Amino acid sequence: MNIQHVQLRNITKRFPGVLANDRVNFDVRAGEIHALLGENGAGKTTLMKILYGLYQADEGEILINDAPVRIKSPSDAMRQGIGMVHQHFQLVPPFTVTENIALGLRSAREPMLDLDAVGKRLRELASRYGLHVDPHALVWQLAVGQQQRVEILKALYRDAALLILDEPTAVLTPQEVKELFVTLRRLTETGHALIFISHKLHEVMQISDRVTVLRDGRVVGTVATKHTNTKELARMMVGRDVVTSWDKPPVKTDDQILRIEKLSALDDKGLPAVKNLSLDVRAGEIVGIAGVSGNGQRELAETLVGLRRAESGVVSVAGRDLTNHDPADIIAAGVAFIPEERMTMGVIRDFTVQENLILETHAQPPLARKALFDFDKIAAHASQLVREYDVRTPTLDTPVKSLSGGNIQKLILARELSRAPRLLIAAQPTRGVDIGATEYIHKRLIEQRAQGTAILLISEDLDEVLALADRIAVMYEGEIVGVVPPNTPVDQLGLMMAGAKRVSS
Amino acid sequence: MIDPFLLSMLITILASGIRFATSYIFAAIGETFGQISGVLNLGVEGIMLVAAYAAYFVVLQTNEPGLGLLAAILVGIVMGLATAFLSVTLKAEQGISGIGVYLFGLGLSDLLFRVTVKSVQTVKGFPNIHIPALSDLPILGPIFFQHNLLVYAAFALVPLAWFVLNKTTFGLQVRAVGQNPEAADTLGISVARVRYTTLTLGGALSGIAGASLSIALLNIFQQNLTSGQGFIAVALVYFGAWQPFRVMLGCLLFSMVNALQLTMQVNRIPIPADIALMMPYILTIVALIFAARQLVIQPAALTKPFERGE
Ligand SMILES: Nc1ncnc2c1ncn2[C@@H]1O[C@H](COP(=O)(O)OP(=O)(O)O)[C@@H](O)[C@H]1O
Ligand SMILES: [Mg+2]
Repeated sequence: MNIQHVQLRNITKRFPGVLANDRVNFDVRAGEIHALLGENGAGKTTLMKILYGLYQADEGEILINDAPVRIKSPSDAMRQGIGMVHQHFQLVPPFTVTENIALGLRSAREPMLDLDAVGKRLRELASRYGLHVDPHALVWQLAVGQQQRVEILKALYRDAALLILDEPTAVLTPQEVKELFVTLRRLTETGHALIFISHKLHEVMQISDRVTVLRDGRVVGTVATKHTNTKELARMMVGRDVVTSWDKPPVKTDDQILRIEKLSALDDKGLPAVKNLSLDVRAGEIVGIAGVSGNGQRELAETLVGLRRAESGVVSVAGRDLTNHDPADIIAAGVAFIPEERMTMGVIRDFTVQENLILETHAQPPLARKALFDFDKIAAHASQLVREYDVRTPTLDTPVKSLSGGNIQKLILARELSRAPRLLIAAQPTRGVDIGATEYIHKRLIEQRAQGTAILLISEDLDEVLALADRIAVMYEGEIVGVVPPNTPVDQLGLMMAGAKRVSS
Repeated sequence: MIDPFLLSMLITILASGIRFATSYIFAAIGETFGQISGVLNLGVEGIMLVAAYAAYFVVLQTNEPGLGLLAAILVGIVMGLATAFLSVTLKAEQGISGIGVYLFGLGLSDLLFRVTVKSVQTVKGFPNIHIPALSDLPILGPIFFQHNLLVYAAFALVPLAWFVLNKTTFGLQVRAVGQNPEAADTLGISVARVRYTTLTLGGALSGIAGASLSIALLNIFQQNLTSGQGFIAVALVYFGAWQPFRVMLGCLLFSMVNALQLTMQVNRIPIPADIALMMPYILTIVALIFAARQLVIQPAALTKPFERGE
């Protein structure tokens, strides 16, 4: 299929109670990358699912090369030359790469599969676009970045001339993002049209030719990337100026709250993940743990909150030894935890907002009297938290799985901070969260710091660590390779994160 | 030299083991298709019962086993479609709706039998096929080559099922729909169409399974003729880890145990009849305990109805 120009005109899409797209106009041309930028829930995915035939627009039309087309299903979209790499990969994990590509295609030897032929063409495509992946590998064994290549190859194999990438960088490491961008450039050079969805400003600035910003289902504007900047884009996205740096009065006390001494722990495979690690956090201080993911951060956090066994070493909170105590004990000692795995460890997906807000305190007065709940008190407690922490939810009885990531994170924050913790362990608190919610979460962390809570902030987002931390501990292969002040040059931090430099303290 | 009595007993056990495997294989291979596409059909037993009755009744009227088989297949297709309607279109809870189909089949077949036939009468079933030379072989002849058409068809079905599932585009779609229906959907595959197809096929095969009892193996019908075989077939699919050849081995294991206990009873080997009768069912439980460790390869979407956009 030859695609020169795709236009979406006046697209409106309603879901029960939500106007997801409101008279949206959007277009993309061959050879360009058009970024679609917007906060979570702005309607980006909905718009693209309409273009890909997974949803039908209530109003509006789609034109390809100026001729109106009807796209009623993904098959229609593929026939028109439209391919989509979904936010959540659409792969069959136990299948090989080749089988994933062949799925749904007619074979030359129908009704028989012809995997050899598919594998052959796959190899050609892979080398043409620099998307190297083993055709015989099982998909579940591939790294996330490689799985994404399979998704792109799947679309290219179907002769996609327009490729839609829905938040392709959300799951990638910085290195993988770089590789992806090289591929995307190569695709535009070969005449493909690309739609790149993101809510990360610097990525959009880096890769796109034009940017369209969506907010609450409406187009705020379309600008040429070279005529704009992150500040302007942020304002278009959120509707106001966004705070990215914070004033922090110096830490007042020397009260040690968290003390970690020579801690060691294993990962899920039984290999050492945290090695002889020592660190302390004082009251009213934010210590940031920077590092590339997979260097033991997750295991460290889990060991601190009692979800993983410490093989050796000591963890104490406010002078009390809590090493290998169970989570209930640790919670009772005033430790709050914002887990990295929001949907599996942070909330119970099918429980309501209200139920999720009382997961830790539901058995205590005033929420419960003996074995019975006091539902009025629970509702009052929950609605106060929802208001105070600005959790956007239709009702208290809405299941959390239908909230956006940012709102779920605010709910977790509300639950954890409402216990007035002495120690907060926050793991990737703003990963996948939009700018508005990120700003809010940062503001809350700073406030909590002012109230004297000790905060251990574990984050792969170096900007976040730099903006919030009083001291930065860099973690590499299970060890702290140095504790440095936040005015340390980024280059030096980068070297430490790569394990190429150590700073003794 | 082997004791001739023992030898003849061994031959009987092996021969009837193979014959008894027929109904298990048809039912379990049919169920395998459904489960691989993500639908657990617990109604197999009910489909088998109605089909067994239909086949029996048609042969009673026409004396034509071929027509009886056709009736069983038709019943299986209709009930397979009904199962698909419940679990795919209406998205009913599969465990519960399957039990409903079973109870329906149990009741309906018994009612029809009482109204139309009343007393137990034998009918003309599929005859054993005489294969020149092979059937006359000593020992091997009686074990392998003196069976009726359906026995051979059952064993031929196994490699065919393997081939369809692993070597055809349709088979790839079936497996994909059972593992990740959303992915299949985005590639333009109709999840509903694939599941309707596998359940209808499974229904037809359950139908043949029923007929293989009433007009080939036993040549009678009575209340609850299948006595749990359809449920055992469901368990055997887990036991066989969704792979046709392993499922077949499971079927043979069961039917051999059955043949063994029957032969022992017939030959008055002194073990309590109750214990002997219990053997296949105890084996089911053991098989399921064993199968529990294989859940990693289970179709990930098994029992989950598919809905776009959740
Ligand atoms: N299938 C659906 N049913 C109901 N509401 C939906 C559905 N999909 C999206 N929405 C709602 O539509 C709005 C836009 O969602 P989405 O397009 O996913 O936003 P984005 O991709 O920009 O984060 C949100 O309020 C979301 O809750
Ligand atoms: Mg989205």
